[in-house]
Amino acid sequence: MIGEIKRFLSGDDVVTIKELRKSYNTFPALDGISFSIRKGEVFGLLGPNGAGKTTTIKILSGLSRPSSGSVQIMGADIVRDALKVKRFIGVVPETSNLYPELSCIDNLVFAGRLYGIGTKKVKARADELLHLFGLEEKRDVLFGRLSSGMKRRLTVASSIIHDPPVLFLDEPTTGLDVMSARALREIIQSLKNRGITILLTTHYIEEADRLCDRIAIIVKGKIITIDTPEALKKSVSTEKAVDVKISQESPFTEEGFSKITAAVRYEKKEDMFRFFINDLNAFLSEISAFIKKQGLSIEAVRTVTPSLEDAFVQITGMGREIMIQEKGGGK
Amino acid sequence: MKDALRSVFFIALKDMKAYYFKPPNISWGILFPLVFILSFYLRSPVDFAHLIPGLLSLSLLFSTTSMEAIVITFERMTGALERLMLYPVSVTTIVVGKISGGACFGITVTIVFFLGLIILFPFHLENPLLFLATVVISSFTFSSLGAFVSVSVKQVFEAQTLANLFRFPMIFLSGVFIPVHSLPSMIKPIAYLMPLTYSIDSIKVSFGYQPQIMHPLLSLLVLTVFAFVFLELSVKILKGRMS
Repeated sequence: MIGEIKRFLSGDDVVTIKELRKSYNTFPALDGISFSIRKGEVFGLLGPNGAGKTTTIKILSGLSRPSSGSVQIMGADIVRDALKVKRFIGVVPETSNLYPELSCIDNLVFAGRLYGIGTKKVKARADELLHLFGLEEKRDVLFGRLSSGMKRRLTVASSIIHDPPVLFLDEPTTGLDVMSARALREIIQSLKNRGITILLTTHYIEEADRLCDRIAIIVKGKIITIDTPEALKKSVSTEKAVDVKISQESPFTEEGFSKITAAVRYEKKEDMFRFFINDLNAFLSEISAFIKKQGLSIEAVRTVTPSLEDAFVQITGMGREIMIQEKGGGK
Repeated sequence: MKDALRSVFFIALKDMKAYYFKPPNISWGILFPLVFILSFYLRSPVDFAHLIPGLLSLSLLFSTTSMEAIVITFERMTGALERLMLYPVSVTTIVVGKISGGACFGITVTIVFFLGLIILFPFHLENPLLFLATVVISSFTFSSLGAFVSVSVKQVFEAQTLANLFRFPMIFLSGVFIPVHSLPSMIKPIAYLMPLTYSIDSIKVSFGYQPQIMHPLLSLLVLTVFAFVFLELSVKILKGRMS
């Protein structure tokens, strides 16, 4: 297996998907998606619930057969060489579905044994992973008795017991509290640093922005666009805006703002004012003069750049709320 | 092949570790056959020894099929079965692993009942080797039947209910209480379609009775064919359901 991996890694694309389609009866869950994932990158599949993310992961994991199209992982075809591909990949499903009746160590050892790892080696590897994921103290605790954050961590640990070069993470932080989600993101980052190629599906825009090298936006089984988070943000045309925080407000402040010619319009945004402008330098000169004249002072100035959320909204025509509503919560 | 056998062993071992003491397994797999044995003893202590071969086969049937309802249906419900399919093992290997775990449970329960009965009602076992071979082969056959039932439903209680559709007619038609040759000729063909019939007949021969259906080796062959048919059907259904 190591030889095959080394040979394949001389190329660049680890996962290649071409014209992948999957229909359930007449419903097209995937409508001809194509993309490739480069060696060592974190590739995000971002989209609302029902977009086809989990279907994609299921096909890539060999759990579901595509209606048409092809998937190559490390040069092997997922339909023809399913067992071979399964040795190259680790999969973290949407639900933490290890065995509640088995302890943490037993779950890891069982997983390792099914990958053909010898007893002595698998026990050492399991202990190493428990240490790496901060679960040493829970070594002999039943999986069913762990918190949801710990369950998630052990599920990730179990998926890399065989040290796979490719890892699929399906909605890894869904249902976790803020601290557990943050801890898991750090783990994902560390896995990337170890050279693992990662495919991550998420409906959390901030998560995709923070973790992914490239993002594919998927809606209704179709890939709308693929690019880096930065390029996606740059592709968005938004009005130039500046947030200004002023030390104190007088009754004349807002009246005066409407007379600033360098601002097209302004709006109050929490404790700041957001000015929509054309020329930044002209605006800054005018607002400074105005503030000074009023006997006030500027506490903070921040130029507003388009976020990935802005990009998502503009590219898909959907609101952020659709990502939150359909999953019943957001972050 | 070696890898597949290794995986079968670890899947069976995991199932035994995780599920032997699940409540539905204890009630249907251990308590039900035990209550059956006790109630028939209390009803007629004098004739009880004649019923022992049939009751042992019955305990095999209930313990193995109950275990399958847990290891397959329960795991399908929790998503653990799907997880198993993420590993580099074939669906056939998974199902054989599940069947093996159920068979081991059935063998253990039946051997415990056998030892208890032989202590309480000293009886002569004419052919221990045939008895052991029948217990082992029957347990795999009944476990395969349990797997076939379990892959076809979604909930554990559905699996137990569907299994009862097979199990209860077998109690009355397979020769546990009424010899198959005494059944009305219209019903006899149904008895021949039931694997329990061959298991009881072979166990009876191991106890020193004359074969009623066929030579015990042929009975074992028929049981083996049943096991492969149920295995094949289970794999086919599971593949279809998972994709």
